[in-house]
Amino acid sequence: MAVDVIMPQMGESIAEGTIVKWLKGVGENVDRDEPLFEISTDKVDAEIPSPSAGVLLEILVPEGKTVEINTVVGRIGQAGEARGATAPKPSAAPAPSAAPVTPAPRPVPATPVAAPATPTPAPTQPAPQPAPQSAPAYVRSSPVVQKIAAEHGVDVSLVEGTGEGGRVTKKDIMTYIESASSSTPPVTQPAAPAPAPKAPAPAKPAVFASGQEEVREPMSIMRKKIAEHMVMSKHTSPHVYTIFEVDMNEVVKRRDAMKREFEAEGVKLTFLPFFIEACIRGIKEFPIINSAVDGETIIYKKTVNVGIAVALENGLIVPVIKHADQMNLLGLAKTAADLGERARSKRLMPDDVQGGTFTITNVGVFGGTFGLPIINQPQAAIMGIGTITKRPVVIDDAIAIRPIVYLSLSYDHRIIDGADAARFLTVVKRELEKPAGA
Amino acid sequence: MAVTTYIDAIREGIWEEMEKDESVFILGEDVGIYGGAFKVTKGMLDKFGPMRVIDTPISESAIVGAAIGAALVGMRPVAEMQFIDFISCAFDQIVNFAAKCRYRWGAGVPIVVRGPSGGGVHGGPFHSQNPEAYFFNVPGLKIVCPSTAYDAKGLIKAAIRDPDPVLYFEHKYLYRRIKEDLPAEDFVVPIGKAILRREGEDLSIITYGAMVYKALEAAEALAQMGIDVEVLDLRSILPLDEEAILTTAKKTSKVIVLHEATLTGGPGGEVVARIAEKAFEYLDGPIVRIAPPDTPVPYSPPLEEAFLPQTKDIVEKAKKLAAY
Repeated sequence: MAVDVIMPQMGESIAEGTIVKWLKGVGENVDRDEPLFEISTDKVDAEIPSPSAGVLLEILVPEGKTVEINTVVGRIGQAGEARGATAPKPSAAPAPSAAPVTPAPRPVPATPVAAPATPTPAPTQPAPQPAPQSAPAYVRSSPVVQKIAAEHGVDVSLVEGTGEGGRVTKKDIMTYIESASSSTPPVTQPAAPAPAPKAPAPAKPAVFASGQEEVREPMSIMRKKIAEHMVMSKHTSPHVYTIFEVDMNEVVKRRDAMKREFEAEGVKLTFLPFFIEACIRGIKEFPIINSAVDGETIIYKKTVNVGIAVALENGLIVPVIKHADQMNLLGLAKTAADLGERARSKRLMPDDVQGGTFTITNVGVFGGTFGLPIINQPQAAIMGIGTITKRPVVIDDAIAIRPIVYLSLSYDHRIIDGADAARFLTVVKRELEKPAGA
Repeated sequence: MAVTTYIDAIREGIWEEMEKDESVFILGEDVGIYGGAFKVTKGMLDKFGPMRVIDTPISESAIVGAAIGAALVGMRPVAEMQFIDFISCAFDQIVNFAAKCRYRWGAGVPIVVRGPSGGGVHGGPFHSQNPEAYFFNVPGLKIVCPSTAYDAKGLIKAAIRDPDPVLYFEHKYLYRRIKEDLPAEDFVVPIGKAILRREGEDLSIITYGAMVYKALEAAEALAQMGIDVEVLDLRSILPLDEEAILTTAKKTSKVIVLHEATLTGGPGGEVVARIAEKAFEYLDGPIVRIAPPDTPVPYSPPLEEAFLPQTKDIVEKAKKLAAY
């Protein structure tokens, strides 16, 4: 008996999702709760676990296609089971009574490569027998085809083979990749899942075939959204930048003193919570930093929800620490760590990335002395943290070696003037430099 | 520029080196008065005299042994095997002496052993062989197999100037069939460097010697069928130009290795092994060898034709590999 795989609802306001990537090919065995496909919605990307163990019999929605929630996107059954034999005809409307459809699966932790999936609590359906150890639908190819497929993130089983006995040849996969990158994905009939157009390829160094001068690759959904958002922000806000130098000596001392305590709580104490805390102090004194523009009105926000930019393998996402102004250092550290981990393992929920009022981005992680970030609209300011480096500084007419960081504030000059920004940063600096004992 | 045949290119190469370097001399059966069985050494006796053009007894072992001795005292002998098939008589001198002198005593043996190899002229089992595989497994030797007049001249000069023993396997089928304009000035072709005879995208044929022409003919025929073939002429088989081999294999991902030496234990196996070892991830099909079957070279003309790889055989196998 085949089980339908449906497009889950990832949040209340979300009506549709895009299949970014099938992690299993037709004919491949899949365990229950094993990541089966990746989706992208307006808000987040997530890996969706398999609702059942068995063999992926059919892929009804190809990579790159956007469908409404609850649409049947694939079917799982036993090896040898005929495609679509027992299940209802694929249609946009779910058929709740027919096959034992599990509830919309929640995303489970699954880091892109290694970590195993943590099973969600089992729904009522009796655990299906694992599929017999029959051979998965073996796609004949060759070493070079496997290599190209790995480099471009292509599922070879989706490529139509023209070689001997249907073998996928190097020419086939190159044609497939070229056609996928030069045309928009054509809409494929649900009943014909075989040669699906290629969805966004992950950001990997382009591979140039001999004699090839350029490689064209469609933007991923995330990349498109980042692009739109960045252009919109620069278009909306006249950005101005102010940079402060801050001596981190006292923070280093405080962090060293507290590290143990935090470890006991299972939290690694980084510098980030100290920066957040200092920013909140600054915002309390200069609320304009935590504001937004609505036409000709300025909206001041009482609550401080701090967005933390997290770099991903192929993009960037900004989960939000809600009510950061009500948290102590431990709460900030815990929340930041949790959001960061879930961002990297594609387990953020739409709520996690909404409602930010101010954003912090750490350009120092990748070695930047300082950066000039783009404002995360509709917020009014974003602070960049540079790398903390020991530098010679003059203190009381003597040269000392101190851990120095450069903090940059990008702000919307429609509502924030240079003086406000400098005053805000002065408070941030004061908070960070205040003696550890104080 | 003058049109020069493959055989004249060899003679000119030796001639010019003898004019340039007094330590160069030739020895072999009937190389003097008769001018060589194929006339490679025609006119040399008159030009260079009996001290430098030496007719020898019918003993390949003695010819190579004498050459080695001369080389050890500073000469640069060019020893002719009347047919390269007879080189086996000198096997011990070549593999145990010439090839190992530098290793044992630091004494280089700058000899060239050359002679007509290959079939296609109805010479039968003792006058048609391609014995390069016997020596392919001998460290200390170099082996060259020119296919063009330019390479024939450039490689004989490089062989004569080389400080170590070089086996120079010329192809008798090409002697008078292949000709081209050669530059008037002095030139050499480096030993160990292959050359692309034709560029293509779909499939590579790696070959050498007379088979280069069969490969090019096959490539023409295959082009009519829309299969774009690259042809790599190894020119030297010891040392192999591994870089060129891997480059073409990686480029087309489908490789045929073609030679006139018989299949089992032929040099092609080593080429295949290097590709499998170092370019495995670039392969889009099995590496195919085309070579004569494991039999002596037949005397009967129809049998010899069946024995030697023909253009149609290459086309058939290439079509199959291209479709794989």
